[in-house]
Amino acid sequence: MLKTFPKGGIHPPENKITSSKEIKRMKVPTAVSVPIAQHIGIPAEIVVQAKEKVAKGQVIAKSGGFVSSNIHSPVAGTVTKLDLIIDTSGYKKQCIVIRTDPKDPSNFEEIELPLKTDIELEPKEILQKITDCGIVGLGGATFPSQVKLNVREGSKLDYLIINGVECEPYLTADHRLMLEKAEEIVVGIKILMKALNLQKAVIGIENNKKDAIGLFKSVIKKEDGIQVAALQVKYPQGGEKQLVKAILGREVPKNGLPLDVGVIVHNVGTIYAIYEAIQYNKPLTERVVTVTGKKLENPSNFWVKIGTSIKDLVAEVGGLPEGTRKLVNGGPMMGKAIKNTDVPVTKGTSGILMISEEEASRGKAENCIRCGECVFVCPMGLEPHLLMNLSEKGFYEKASGEDIMTCIECGSCSYVCPSSRPLLDYIRFGKNIVKKLETSKN
Amino acid sequence: MSQPIIISASPHVHSSKTSKKVMYDVVIALVPAFLVSLYVFGFSALLLTAVAVISCILFEFLIQKYLLKTEVTVADGSALITGILLAFNLPAGLPIWMIVVGSLVAIGVAKMSFGGLGFNIFNPALVGRVFLLVSFPVQMTMWPLPDGITGATTLGIIKEGLMFGNTMTDISAQLPSNMDMFLGITAGSIGEMSALALLLGGVYLLIRKVITWHIPVTILATMAVMTGVFWVVNPESYASPLIHILSGGAILGAFFMATDMVTSPMTRKGMIIFAIGIAVITVVIRLFGAYPEGVSFAIIIMNAFVPLINKYFKPRRFGAKIKSKIV
Repeated sequence: MLKTFPKGGIHPPENKITSSKEIKRMKVPTAVSVPIAQHIGIPAEIVVQAKEKVAKGQVIAKSGGFVSSNIHSPVAGTVTKLDLIIDTSGYKKQCIVIRTDPKDPSNFEEIELPLKTDIELEPKEILQKITDCGIVGLGGATFPSQVKLNVREGSKLDYLIINGVECEPYLTADHRLMLEKAEEIVVGIKILMKALNLQKAVIGIENNKKDAIGLFKSVIKKEDGIQVAALQVKYPQGGEKQLVKAILGREVPKNGLPLDVGVIVHNVGTIYAIYEAIQYNKPLTERVVTVTGKKLENPSNFWVKIGTSIKDLVAEVGGLPEGTRKLVNGGPMMGKAIKNTDVPVTKGTSGILMISEEEASRGKAENCIRCGECVFVCPMGLEPHLLMNLSEKGFYEKASGEDIMTCIECGSCSYVCPSSRPLLDYIRFGKNIVKKLETSKN
Repeated sequence: MSQPIIISASPHVHSSKTSKKVMYDVVIALVPAFLVSLYVFGFSALLLTAVAVISCILFEFLIQKYLLKTEVTVADGSALITGILLAFNLPAGLPIWMIVVGSLVAIGVAKMSFGGLGFNIFNPALVGRVFLLVSFPVQMTMWPLPDGITGATTLGIIKEGLMFGNTMTDISAQLPSNMDMFLGITAGSIGEMSALALLLGGVYLLIRKVITWHIPVTILATMAVMTGVFWVVNPESYASPLIHILSGGAILGAFFMATDMVTSPMTRKGMIIFAIGIAVITVVIRLFGAYPEGVSFAIIIMNAFVPLINKYFKPRRFGAKIKSKIV
């Protein structure tokens, strides 16, 4: 029996149409718009001015606090302006716009970095380098990696879990990266094991990526302490708490973190970024993005510079197909709908999804028939129908008492509801108010 | 951009399951039992079902359109199911006006006065049936047999026989064989007779994931165990578990009435408690009560406990009260 998490979960159609498409390198855009708030936490502080020349990889915005991250220039060029641009959140955010210098050779030398297995840096230096290179979680949450790795003395950390689950339908960025950079990822794992003085690491991969499971099993043969865990296909297994439970059987306490049960979880993409940062001193200025959709001419996976306009990506796959009704930054379950393609790729953009009318439109919300499906599929053991009711009617204290804040917003409840009720929408609304009430109390 | 783009929060995809599909799956599952009733009772079963269905749908339409002045939702299939289930719980040959009254009570009182689909506490079809049973006990217990004369149901024969001091051995001569009961060649409400046809429908519902095994299996197993104990101790005063399961609408109730989503608990734990309650009350009524059968009453009584069950049998929250930290 393959492992999985015990409670709840759903099986949406996988639609991984790009899983056999090798990651192509997007051509360097003529200009990039780099937002200064690409991570969870405090936005970075801009350290360049308009008309200033910047080198590729130069810090253009410095970490603004403890939970924050450096931002580097993806290209060599000139800062044309500091501007407010609508980003993937739908709000106008401060961006640094850089025009690429077409004559600068560093913009166009994209040599494949050879595998480098010797880890020279010491633990302290590794953590410093991760901070300097602006590494954040690339699974979608974009939590600054150095904060996650900042383990207090005396904590009983004993496992590193690598998240190669990619349970979101359509997305294949992590899958392709695992197939193309397996050895580098294993070195990245060893880097973190060294930095955290860990003896054990497990790579969790769902069984719909058998090729990646097989590849990693052969790569880790000679490695001590690294294992591969093949997991049943079930959404949302990529959720940290679900993944830790699936692989180790440990249950992260309510309102707690994986660290509370001795585990740190990192996405494979993050591990690869850490590998490049440590071995090649390369800051996080590009990532893999799956550009996909059922009606696309040529859905593909790309290495994309941060700040590249989504418009360029869409053009690269043959343009927006006729009848597209929804544009999603990320996967269909947790991604954000965006208004148009004039939005830059950020560190958190794992995919761009174009959905047609039939898939995009929601059914009309009908009466709850109390079928209990939402309760059954909730991986957190919540009662979504109840939380929606309480949020809708304004009983926020009660909603808080029913653990509304532990909702991971995976969307399984809304996905299964036969009456098309906007369960997660109301739960999010309720969570926002409960959060405000709690902060005002303190 | 020329095309309008929809902006809405995640998730952006939805499963193909809809309430309507759920409802029509239930209707499909009831077809085998309906065919058996047509075979046994012919036109009177068709008339009974047609009157119940049409009046249920019509009452819902009239109440929504003219009384409540809300959106008319009769197309969702729920009134159709109430009509079929009400008919299935009535004897063939019941006067038409009584069927209409039963439908009015089912839809008007049990469903719409509580707020319509999803808000009713009691199973509407059963409320309609029980209303008719207590109001018109004579007509509601006149069971036409396939050969045209009226007779008593299996459980009715047993209850009466035992009341007159007969032993099960004496009574058993008047009872249909277990095989007849399984196939449906017996007296009873038009939809409750054939265990085989109802089980076929039940299995269909399980396969289509409209229901889970928890409620039907727990009801039938608990009934079998309870009646089995009495039967083993005193087989002359109590009928065998097989007779209890195959008669008196136990299978119809377990698979189609107790599993009604609106009026049953929402967690698996709650479903089991609910089902045990139904089985215990049914057996107590059948063995010690005045009525020969008790499934309808048992389900209605347990319906009343559903809000309480939902409140006290919640799913275990992830991360709450962890037993062992390291495995």
